[in-house]
Amino acid sequence: MATVLDSKVPSGPLGEKWEKHKFESKLVNPANRRKFSVIVVGTGLAGASAAASLGDMGYKVKAFCFQDSPRRAHSIAAQGGINAAKNYRNDGDSVHRLFYDTIKGGDYRAREANVHRLAEVSVNIIDQCVAQGVPFAREYGGLLDNRSFGGAQVSRTFYARGQTGQQLLLGAYSALSRQIHLNNVEMHTRTEMLDLVVVDGRARGIITRNLVTGAVERHSADAVLLCTGGYGNVFFLSTNAQGCNVTATWRAHRRGAFFANPCYTQIHPTCIPVHGEDQSKLTLMSESLRNDGRVWVPKAKGDKRRAEDIPEAERDYFLERKYPAFGNLVPRDIASRNAKEVCDEGRGVGEGQAVYLDFAASIARVGENVIRDRYGNLFDMYAKITAENPYKTPMQIYPAVHYTMGGLWVDYNLQSTIPGLFVLGEANFSDHGANRLGASALMQGLADGYFVAPYTIGNYLGGTKLDPVATNAPEFGAVENDVNERVNKLLSVKGNKTPLAFHKELGKIMWNDCGMARSKDGLESALKRIPELREEFWNSINVTGEAGEFNQQLERAGRVADFLEFGELFAKDALVREESCGGHFRTEHQTEEGEAKRDDDNFAHVAAYEWTGKSGAQTRNVEQLIFENVKLTQRSYK
Amino acid sequence: MATLNGTSNGHGKMLSLTLQIWRQKNSKTKGRMEEYKIKGVSTEMSFLEMLDMLNEQLIKEGKDPVAFDHDCREGICGMCGAMVNGYAHGPDEATTLCQTHMRSFSDGDTITIEPWRAKAFPVIKDLAVDRTSFERIIQSGGYISVGTGGTPDANAIPIPKEAADRAMDAAQCIGCGACVAACPNASAMLFTSAKISHLANLPQGQVERHFRAANMIRAMDELGFGNCTNHGECEAVCPKEIKMENIALMNREYFGAMM
Ligand SMILES: Cc1cc2nc3c(=O)[nH]c(=O)nc-3n(C[C@H](O)[C@H](O)[C@H](O)COP(=O)(O)OP(=O)(O)OC[C@H]3O[C@@H](n4cnc5c(N)ncnc54)[C@H](O)[C@@H]3O)c2cc1C
Ligand code: SF4
Ligand code: FES
Repeated sequence: MATVLDSKVPSGPLGEKWEKHKFESKLVNPANRRKFSVIVVGTGLAGASAAASLGDMGYKVKAFCFQDSPRRAHSIAAQGGINAAKNYRNDGDSVHRLFYDTIKGGDYRAREANVHRLAEVSVNIIDQCVAQGVPFAREYGGLLDNRSFGGAQVSRTFYARGQTGQQLLLGAYSALSRQIHLNNVEMHTRTEMLDLVVVDGRARGIITRNLVTGAVERHSADAVLLCTGGYGNVFFLSTNAQGCNVTATWRAHRRGAFFANPCYTQIHPTCIPVHGEDQSKLTLMSESLRNDGRVWVPKAKGDKRRAEDIPEAERDYFLERKYPAFGNLVPRDIASRNAKEVCDEGRGVGEGQAVYLDFAASIARVGENVIRDRYGNLFDMYAKITAENPYKTPMQIYPAVHYTMGGLWVDYNLQSTIPGLFVLGEANFSDHGANRLGASALMQGLADGYFVAPYTIGNYLGGTKLDPVATNAPEFGAVENDVNERVNKLLSVKGNKTPLAFHKELGKIMWNDCGMARSKDGLESALKRIPELREEFWNSINVTGEAGEFNQQLERAGRVADFLEFGELFAKDALVREESCGGHFRTEHQTEEGEAKRDDDNFAHVAAYEWTGKSGAQTRNVEQLIFENVKLTQRSYK
Repeated sequence: MATLNGTSNGHGKMLSLTLQIWRQKNSKTKGRMEEYKIKGVSTEMSFLEMLDMLNEQLIKEGKDPVAFDHDCREGICGMCGAMVNGYAHGPDEATTLCQTHMRSFSDGDTITIEPWRAKAFPVIKDLAVDRTSFERIIQSGGYISVGTGGTPDANAIPIPKEAADRAMDAAQCIGCGACVAACPNASAMLFTSAKISHLANLPQGQVERHFRAANMIRAMDELGFGNCTNHGECEAVCPKEIKMENIALMNREYFGAMM
């Protein structure tokens, strides 16, 4: 039976909901906060900002990450920038416009109230970061500079060269380090959460594995926050860091948290093309490059001339041609699909799976130095990987998996369907609908961590009667047993295929059948092959080494095992969603011009899956999306 | 830049290599160098992809794969790093190990690969080391003490572009530890000074500047890092081109604190 999902969106006009909700929320008085303990899993932008804020407020915080330092979370790699409705440019930006752009960019599949709150607090984020010493780019007058990103006609993106994520994370990390120093936060690095402990229907703790010693440990608390990032690595090749995984959210799903919109994946248009079978990751070239780079392919099929030798008249600047209003700055899903389309027509460059991103016109206009100042580190990175000089020859780019809009279902309070379990950042499904606009993930991570969760968690702790729970409770023992059994099982198969080999095979299925263009046939084939591969995994996985030691093979094996269950739910969700929206493109559902065709009558909802005890047998629950402030239209960027 | 080794995007030459790698089971056991042969390494591969390939081969042969730290593989997280032929992060200038590509090597080469070596960075296994000491340095004062909320408008204090740029140059440090590994004294001066200089260049960082320098330098000494005797190896290997002038700035901040 389907469960009714209550989003707990407060009543009242859109712009007043958050203020009203904050006012009506229960508070925990400062002297009592010490009595509450909170577990924060993940210390990227979302987790580090939440842990630092909660520690600063006086809660007893335990934080966890699998890297050797919070500073190394995947957020560190974000390049281009962070949005905020500051309207410093006086170009017509406002909270409402950022809200509207985000809802529209997400192809009308996000919850209005959450997105509006995000736009409201965006302005505080920039203030917070500057106070911490984040060295954002500035103009000669000393004020903050901005650039433009896709899906917007205003300049609202703040940046720190091509390393915005790094500088924002170092800001949050410094605040977290201070709280660690003050003993308000106990930090556990090189520690992986392997399961969630639910006691009397509430999230009360986690089971972790110390990655250095292999020790499996119990941690209890009054609330648990998952800030564990996205699951793009289900595709094996993606722009994500190697360790990004679905394990924490998947284990929580199996303990009762609903998983929402798993099939919503963002394929980023500007990445360095794949070079060979042994490749381990794809590298993003920031979207900000589309401010100054022009995307093109030759007009003729199979034109093998060098870029320099193809005259202007024989080039097709296909984004500028098809979308004159937004040009090279159309949203990511549209740019990606168009790149795929011209390559499928046989007009791809290089090895065939690539298009040009050309800076010649901008260099002629503003000079090489200005371009170097704006994007120097990206150009260097490109040169290191490809051994080509992008100041002289156009870059070659191709779409790659980049971000996952789906995640654990949360209500307005960022609370999952398990009371006491909150989900922040990329790990939740909340704000980006079916497509995320550039520079909005950093904004969301920090909004959740600095400005939303500190209120909603206080409301939960202040308004709930929680019995004390210790780690010797039987529930902890039972979950710890499950974890140990699983680890031992992985080690005992002693088959003939490595975790890496399985990961690559799963990635191929996902990319071919659940990637940029999805069809009924392809998805059905994926739904057949993924369970087969999972069965093969459990019969022939080879994990070397032992449980009680630093064992990177075991780490990967555990993550791949979870991806092998998750991938199935992903394909199932994509198959049931008989429409195209944002990053989810079903070939059966397109307009005559090949644009995504939504079906608002049947699919203006969030699909939230409930674990029923067996992989692939989840029930599909629905949260109807209610649009009171925007009109649903066919997205047009022409 | 001309294409190197006659390769271009998409095609690679194949290399056969001899690898000498430091193997150490854990922090309690002694390590030793072991030799491995590997064939069919494409010049397009990254150094870590070459190690992935080696590990797949070792597993097939029933041997223990080589442990090495890594995550982003795009030169920004600071997780990777090893001494390659005696150079921290390998032969390429201003490049992390993960961004080093095999086109920098030639067919038939012997490559030695060892972990960072410093008292303050004990080996965990093979090439992975424990850099918790860097965490402690930052925790001792590498921040501006602001809580969440209640901060002034971001444009309330204009900051000259040159100052913001200098702060950003220093803030680019990725905390990889190569500077310590390359230094004959295993000094953490370059790392520590990068953070001090980042914050000292900004108006927000002024209030606590002297405590910050004093506390961070004390932490550095207590954690077992050596002193700076101006060898300059740190600057030479730093993948983010952090400059030694930051160390001079740090010393000025420190003496300011002592006055
Ligand atoms: C190359 C690249 C460039 C990007 N550029 C931009 C940009 O310019 N602008 C923008 O807005 N967005 C950008 N994004 C997206 C953005 O960076 C991410 O969505 C965002 O940083 C995610 O933050 P997070 O805090 O949710 O998760 P993450 O930063 O991924 O952090 C996850 C944390 O969880 C921990 N963790 C995970 N699993 C476990 C577990 N099982 N146990 C314990 N700990 C665990 C990790 O250790 C880590 O600390 C970019 C993404 C990529 C890949
Ligand atoms: S100063 Fe350079 S070498 Fe040292 S930790 Fe920072 S980035 Fe690495
Ligand atoms: S793996 Fe992140 S810097 Fe090398």
